[in-house]
Amino acid sequence: MPIVAAVLALLPWVAPSQALSVNILLYGLFATGFNLLFGYTGLLSFGHAAFFGAGAYGAGIALAHYGVGWFGAIFIGVGVAGMLALLIGAVSIRSRGIYFSMVTLALAQLVYYAAFQATDWTGGENGLRGLTVSVLSLGPISLNFLDPTTKYYVLFAFVMFALWLLSRMLNAPFGAAMEAVRENESRARACGFDVRLIKLIAFVVSGLVCGLAGSLNALHLSIVPIDTLYYQTSGLAVMMALLGGAGTFLGPFIGAAIFLLIEDIFSLWTPHWQLFVGIIFMLAVLFMPRGVWGTLAGWYRERRA
Amino acid sequence: MELDLILAQLFTGVALGAVFVLMSVGLSVIFGMLGIVNFAHGAFYMIGAYVGIFVLTLTGSFWIALALTPILVGVFGLFVERILVRPLYGRGPDYPLLLTFGLAYALVELVRVVFGSDGVPFDTPELLAGGFDLGDLGYYPAYRLFVIAFTVLILLVLWVVIERTRFGLIVRAGARDPRILSVLGIDVARVWLLAFGIGTGLAALAGLLAAPMRSVNPEMGVAVLVEAFVVTVIGGMGSLLGGAIAGMAVGIVVSLTSLWMPQMATMSMFALMTLVLIIRPQGLFGRDDLAR
Repeated sequence: MPIVAAVLALLPWVAPSQALSVNILLYGLFATGFNLLFGYTGLLSFGHAAFFGAGAYGAGIALAHYGVGWFGAIFIGVGVAGMLALLIGAVSIRSRGIYFSMVTLALAQLVYYAAFQATDWTGGENGLRGLTVSVLSLGPISLNFLDPTTKYYVLFAFVMFALWLLSRMLNAPFGAAMEAVRENESRARACGFDVRLIKLIAFVVSGLVCGLAGSLNALHLSIVPIDTLYYQTSGLAVMMALLGGAGTFLGPFIGAAIFLLIEDIFSLWTPHWQLFVGIIFMLAVLFMPRGVWGTLAGWYRERRA
Repeated sequence: MELDLILAQLFTGVALGAVFVLMSVGLSVIFGMLGIVNFAHGAFYMIGAYVGIFVLTLTGSFWIALALTPILVGVFGLFVERILVRPLYGRGPDYPLLLTFGLAYALVELVRVVFGSDGVPFDTPELLAGGFDLGDLGYYPAYRLFVIAFTVLILLVLWVVIERTRFGLIVRAGARDPRILSVLGIDVARVWLLAFGIGTGLAALAGLLAAPMRSVNPEMGVAVLVEAFVVTVIGGMGSLLGGAIAGMAVGIVVSLTSLWMPQMATMSMFALMTLVLIIRPQGLFGRDDLAR
């Protein structure tokens, strides 16, 4: 946790561009939310775009259609994502193993199609517009959100708060219970854990975190494109978490940084950067399944032992 | 609503369902043997359509394309299994799934590099371009009838191979218990290799057959992958019969909803899947032990 805070606090000063550091921050949080479910509980979801998108649309609709303030909008976004996670989670944890990946993917696509049709609310194919926030005011404080550095550190504060809560949860007995479910579901059940409840809570918390990432991303971009809900967005979280190291705390942020750097560098000389991302991801699955951070941490532990 | 319109729509649903059935059966063959979910199945479907177009422009014959495409893509599938998937056996089902996801990601971009990002037209073959005048029932395109008939033929061949041949016996035994099979002196790795090739070949065939009915573009695999998953979840993983019945049911439900509530058509299949999951989580014909 302190490492994550230090790295992310310094990020704007070392990253090649301001936009990149904001993206690493927000997609890192998104991948962290996904990682809670995949890395810690062992459930591979391919539908996390639904929660990222629900957060983005929840906050965006509150801002654009109902004139809610920015702070309230974030809460609404997170709440909407949490409710959706409760619904999707309740259905999908009925299925086990690889079924789970298929069901979460299918239900997320259902959300995508629904948002696509509900043009009055979501703007459909054109995406949701008209939610520009330029000044953040909360009580006596007011900040210029258009200033990139201020923006970064405001978003940083939210991300840090979420990560602090998460690290508390992971270090609590509940965190151990989640890992027990991941390691051996039958044994966890035999030990007296309510496996389904643990899975559902992990699912909802994961949805809340992704919802926060989505809400903040809507504030950051000032629009919500419909692609936010698409299959590719779910895939992003999967790839980032795995590249960085699933089941580690810093991994998803490292993964987000790697992914976005590859995109930045390769897109300079080819529009087909996804080809290289796909190949690098396959190589990571084959040769570095613990991800960059997971492998480094493993080496460090072996050398000390 | 007139009965004839409903009947015509029902047939359209069956043709759509035929594509779902081929996709789902391909997924099931791979899953039943290797125990992995092929996330690149949609990409193989898309490649089937593109290879079909390539062979078609090269030879000018739809029939040669129909015969060659599944073989070419199936052989490609063999290489994928041998080089990429095989090293992951024994590492749990998540890693092959992630690998095939990455493969699909790269393949879609590769097709964009080779064929461009825009859609490509695929004309209905001349011989099947017409339709049948069904009197009061209206006009039914011959190509859809052909798709239904061809799918039934493929399913029959598959059924005979699996139920009545020595190879089918090995396949069935391998799905039950690969360890015993290898103890009996059979090269299980080779059976798995073939199963993967057959599965990808079936996906390519589905893509080629669907090409004149649906648009051909690099992203066409995503929607169909999700549809195939929905069908497989409804029918039950690893069950060919379940896949066939669920595929037809989903095709019919989708086209009937598009008759009454067009904006709900894409969503109806998910409602069906959710219902099945709540009542019977392992799918209609699924064995409970496979859903582990």
